[in-house]
Amino acid sequence: MRFERREEVSVAALVIAPLLAVVAALMLCAGLIALAGVSPWVAYGEMLRGAFGSRLAVTETFTRASPLILTGLAAAVAFRARLWNIGGEGQFYMGALAAAALGHSALVGWPVPLAWAALAAAGMAAGAMLLLVPAVLRLRFGVDEVVTTLLLNFIVLLFVGLMVEGVLKDPMAFGWPQSVPVAAGLRLPDLVPRSRLHVGIVLAVVVVLVVWLVQARTVFGAETRAAGLNPAAAAFAGVPITATLVKVALLSGGLAGLAGAIEVLGPVGYVTTTMSPGFGYAGIVVAMLAALHPVGVVAASVFVATVFVGADAMSRATGVPSFIADVIMSVALLAMLVALLFTTYRVRR
Amino acid sequence: MMEAMDILTTASLWSAVLRIATPLIFGVLGALICERAGVLNLGIEGIMTMGAMIGWLTVYWGGDLWAGLAMAVLAGMVIGWLHAMLTVPLGLSQHVAGLGITLFASALAYYLYRLWVQVGNLPPTIVPFQPWAVPILSDIPFLGEVLFTQTPPTYVALILVGLVAWMLARTPMGLALRMTGENPHAVEAQGLNPMRIRIWAVMVGSGIMALGGAFLTTAAFNSFFPSMVQGRGWICIALVVFASWRPGKALVGALLFALFDAFQLRLQTVVEGVPYQLFLMAPYVLSIVALILVARRARVPEALMQPYRRGER
Repeated sequence: MRFERREEVSVAALVIAPLLAVVAALMLCAGLIALAGVSPWVAYGEMLRGAFGSRLAVTETFTRASPLILTGLAAAVAFRARLWNIGGEGQFYMGALAAAALGHSALVGWPVPLAWAALAAAGMAAGAMLLLVPAVLRLRFGVDEVVTTLLLNFIVLLFVGLMVEGVLKDPMAFGWPQSVPVAAGLRLPDLVPRSRLHVGIVLAVVVVLVVWLVQARTVFGAETRAAGLNPAAAAFAGVPITATLVKVALLSGGLAGLAGAIEVLGPVGYVTTTMSPGFGYAGIVVAMLAALHPVGVVAASVFVATVFVGADAMSRATGVPSFIADVIMSVALLAMLVALLFTTYRVRR
Repeated sequence: MMEAMDILTTASLWSAVLRIATPLIFGVLGALICERAGVLNLGIEGIMTMGAMIGWLTVYWGGDLWAGLAMAVLAGMVIGWLHAMLTVPLGLSQHVAGLGITLFASALAYYLYRLWVQVGNLPPTIVPFQPWAVPILSDIPFLGEVLFTQTPPTYVALILVGLVAWMLARTPMGLALRMTGENPHAVEAQGLNPMRIRIWAVMVGSGIMALGGAFLTTAAFNSFFPSMVQGRGWICIALVVFASWRPGKALVGALLFALFDAFQLRLQTVVEGVPYQLFLMAPYVLSIVALILVARRARVPEALMQPYRRGER
């Protein structure tokens, strides 16, 4: 058996691949659900109902999807240039911290749109700076960025703990380790009244469209693709690889930081060490399921959010541990990797 | 300052160093075997989590402590096989596949634990390995307490370092494995199958990594809880680079690292006014610093992360 590269990858294959991967993941995980003594049909039915069964459920699912869109996009833009940014989780928290620190009192009195722009910029800058460290370490010293970004996630989470128990501690929180809240006037408005769904998701989709345009229509977009496909050939053709990778790192880290800032300004309002249920790591799954395409990121985020929100409700109804959501997600990721292989290669005997 | 010096001369510190180093020794040896054959195994964090869970569960269900270790190795090998299938015959990106394996193995471990174990307010416990004093040798002052009054898995880890070093350097099997990591085409030319060697290397390496996880639940602690591996797997990946892919240096790296960790734990109780998070950050920062220090001089196996396809260059 050997693999032969296809001349071109059809769009249809790129749409079918994630669908097949998801179906495969659901089928494989059905066995694990059956192990819990629950019919997979019942469990998956409960999951769907939990994610879309009521007005509240739908808004919760989309609330969960909005940070995933941005962390997923962060991973997708980096992976396209073969910059393995696994630090989305840390960048998310840095963005969240920046938004809470500035949004509490420093920007009160500014015109609200200007304050929002400043907070978003601060969140992006915080995330971007965090990824700049491993990017530079790779470019200057050849240190593998996967390991450094992963290690930085642990460092950042401890740093968040340090902040919310220290200088950013909320004195009104009855001793709970949480940061000072964002000023009420700076919170993002709700999209649907009486729900947690806020305009952040619209913002996330707009960002997706902008990134898509940049990738498809600008020199920078072409350079990132070239740097990812074949760095040696790209360098020979005159693509400034180092500069391109630094720009990609700033963009990717910035997007994950923005996700954290929006999460603080929107549904949460302050920072805790448990505010992210793994948005950064789930973003990697989102990016792969989207085949690294910006528009696919939106669909993949809704899927992953559905699984997580649905699994919580399903777990309460049937007793199947909600960790099944993480299993489904990881199996979908592995299945997607295999499916992607067959979209780019054909098998010859 | 005097207090810090006092800490360094106590036998209990050095005994703790070996204890803290044990999971790292297993992890770094496992990762080293995979990488020497040319496969980066970022599944390590998940494999250690799975090893921790399975090892503990075996004992919780009435198995012997040694049976727990054996089952952990088996579980690690199964997951290693999966990683090997994805990265060797299919030749997928070792970075992404490895992360996928970590997400999968840890999620599965947590899921099965919740499914099979009733967790009340506190996680259920087992009776873990107790320190076993080596006869005669443990009577040596200081050294006896440090080296020869450890739990049995620590001795296993130390013996394994020598075994892996000897296997890699002195046996035909080790030569074939190293060659597969440097130039798989040359292996093929010798009539050996580089794919099969890589698959076995990843499986064996993963089994050893799982022992590192199992040590946590059957010797260091007595229960299993989510995210207990705490990035030790990633630290091991950094240590392999630090050790220039050599088992002996890997042992030194793991011990240095553990010394630092044990020292900061004791320093926390002595130094006041410094937030505990700064101490906890130290191991991760240290790993990154270690990577920077050696990155320039590191001699990476030539074919690391290069998928092997027959007849392709």
